[in-house]
Amino acid sequence: MASDARSAILGRIRGALRVPAERDDAHRRSTYEAIPRNYQQTATKPGEELLALFAHRLEEYDAGVQRVSSNDIPSAVAGLLGHRGRKRIGIPDDLPSVWLPTGFEFEKAAAFDAHQLDQLDGVLTGCTVAIAETGSIVLQNAAAQGPRKLSLVPDYHLCIVFASQIVETVPECFARLDATAHLPTTFVSGPSATADIEMTRIKGVHGPRFLDVLIVGD
Amino acid sequence: MSAPQSYWSNRSFPEAAKELLADSQIRRNVRHATDVIQAKRNRVVGELPDWEALREAGSAIRAHALEHLDEYLIEFERNCTRAGGTVHWARDAAEANRIILALIQSHQAKEVIKIKTMTSEEIGLNRHLEANGIRPHETDLAELIVQLGHDKPSHFVVPALHKNRQQVREIFQRELQLPELGDKPEDLCAAARAYLREKYLRIKVAVSGANFLVAENGAVCIVESEGNGRMCLTLPDVLISLVGIEKVIPRFRDLEVMLQTLPRSATGERMNPYNSIWTGVHEGDGPKEFHVILLDNGRSPILREAEARQTLKCIRCAACLNACPVYHQTGGHAYESVYPGPIGAILTPQLHSMEQGRTLPYASSLCGACYEVCPVKINIPEVLIHLRGKVVEQDQSTLGGKLGAWNIGMQAAGFAMGGAGRFTLAQHMGQLAQKMFVSKNGFIEHLPFMLSGWTQTRDLKALPQQTFRDWWAQRESAASGPGKAEKGNHDGE
Ligand code: SF4
Repeated sequence: MASDARSAILGRIRGALRVPAERDDAHRRSTYEAIPRNYQQTATKPGEELLALFAHRLEEYDAGVQRVSSNDIPSAVAGLLGHRGRKRIGIPDDLPSVWLPTGFEFEKAAAFDAHQLDQLDGVLTGCTVAIAETGSIVLQNAAAQGPRKLSLVPDYHLCIVFASQIVETVPECFARLDATAHLPTTFVSGPSATADIEMTRIKGVHGPRFLDVLIVGD
Repeated sequence: MSAPQSYWSNRSFPEAAKELLADSQIRRNVRHATDVIQAKRNRVVGELPDWEALREAGSAIRAHALEHLDEYLIEFERNCTRAGGTVHWARDAAEANRIILALIQSHQAKEVIKIKTMTSEEIGLNRHLEANGIRPHETDLAELIVQLGHDKPSHFVVPALHKNRQQVREIFQRELQLPELGDKPEDLCAAARAYLREKYLRIKVAVSGANFLVAENGAVCIVESEGNGRMCLTLPDVLISLVGIEKVIPRFRDLEVMLQTLPRSATGERMNPYNSIWTGVHEGDGPKEFHVILLDNGRSPILREAEARQTLKCIRCAACLNACPVYHQTGGHAYESVYPGPIGAILTPQLHSMEQGRTLPYASSLCGACYEVCPVKINIPEVLIHLRGKVVEQDQSTLGGKLGAWNIGMQAAGFAMGGAGRFTLAQHMGQLAQKMFVSKNGFIEHLPFMLSGWTQTRDLKALPQQTFRDWWAQRESAASGPGKAEKGNHDGE
């Protein structure tokens, strides 16, 4: 029955498109390659400008942004968590321990269920790549990031982004993601928000209501 | 064969519009919301020097995918299956409803959480589930407002844009038993957050649509703002995604175009807060079971003719609704269709083999604003004319139809649209002729003869002195000239 629907639909499509009995793979590939891509695909801004743009875009989304050198990660983390009044923080199992300050409860939370995650004060992760032009952070289920729900259920997300992870444009981001495209992936651009009521942007609906980003100049 | 639309009445556009035009509250709400989105959209589109190149690429990617739709669907199915997903095919609404119900029942679930999905609206899924003892919970804030208000969506990015905050408060006070609730958007949001969080943590089956399917690796992409989507995509054990067959794109990197044009067009943001992309199931991350239902429901016949085929390139950004002078006046409900606005005016009648929504191709002044903003360059006026031709063809089999005003008007329009040169000429004649009717405020308040019925209830924005085509031709020649430095202002002015 199910396969009936499949062959019926494919048959209707082929009938409507009047495709030849044998589809020509090479033709399809060459027409795909011929798609015009005259949009910007590479960076034009020097490094410092890029970082400033990224920081600016994040601030426009109402995310907190701080720039530090790699030696200062733990103290910056402590400062932000203190400022936000967050104590119990979930982390991915493989988060580098050198990032962690003392005086807080960091818990490996990759295996937590949603209820346990809901009890945390926040979550600390790294990222895979970030886009300056759109102020986006891309998380994958990969090093220092953990499963998707980890950065979703807690009310506060602190993300550490290294300068080398920041690209200027969306196409550069996709070029970097290509090798790991099969992993669960989330683009985060600011705290969760809605404009569903009178087009007023309201921060924080179901995802984290607060987002801080530490930009680390390597 | 096509979808039953039971709760959308079969009223014609003029009938439904008349009623809505009388509701000044709805008109105010719609006007406010569309003005805000449009201003934001124009700002973030205007800042991109490569916007036209992105539109061009997006259009070409979608057109290519449709020309090879059978191949890309098979490729998607293969790769999604390899990644641990299950792919189902549904010829029509009834079949899709049956598959989804059976999947939910196989897990003994009595409730499901849902992400906003127009395809589920299209097949009437909620009513089908309720009739079978399963309670669907909408989780998108606007969809929740619509569901709790026993209402219908009027826009597909902001489905409750016809309601203002006081109206939302009344609905929440009544339906969520929160008599003390305030009317600040923050209060309303917090109420929704508390109401839904408990459901995310408890309910084990989720239903979604999808924005894109990637043939190359079987990935599915969903864009959203609130995080309700991420909750539904990652917390439940079972995820069921109902997706129109036209949503497939060839490669992962094609998202680099779509994820620039969609957010800027839809909500006027550089990027919406969350995009989720995943393939099949992933051990220790997200649902243990993932089903994709590929829905035809009247789509495949639309591939037949080249003019009409472009309808299926649509990525549902709703920019054409926000830009449309008719939508501004009537709101979405007048279209009596799941898909309102200019895209609805061409999609709905085609999904129903021209048997429903036959007046919709006339719900347009052919001003071309929809085409100018469309991120995948669907020439909606061209499709409208094409469909008007079909309606007239059907009508011509009766004598009354032959002599009807529409018919005569259509023959003239058909002549004008028959060639690009004639279309341009007709526009210029229109600009000259309208001088007689344009009042000081730049609106056309009265039109003579058969068109007067139109202006009794609405003011037409006068044709711009410089048409988009003129502007474009000028811009092209300037760009190819020596300086080549002109940065496109994409909104035509
Ligand atoms: S027709 Fe174009 S503008 Fe309208 S919703 Fe579809 S993609 Fe957007």
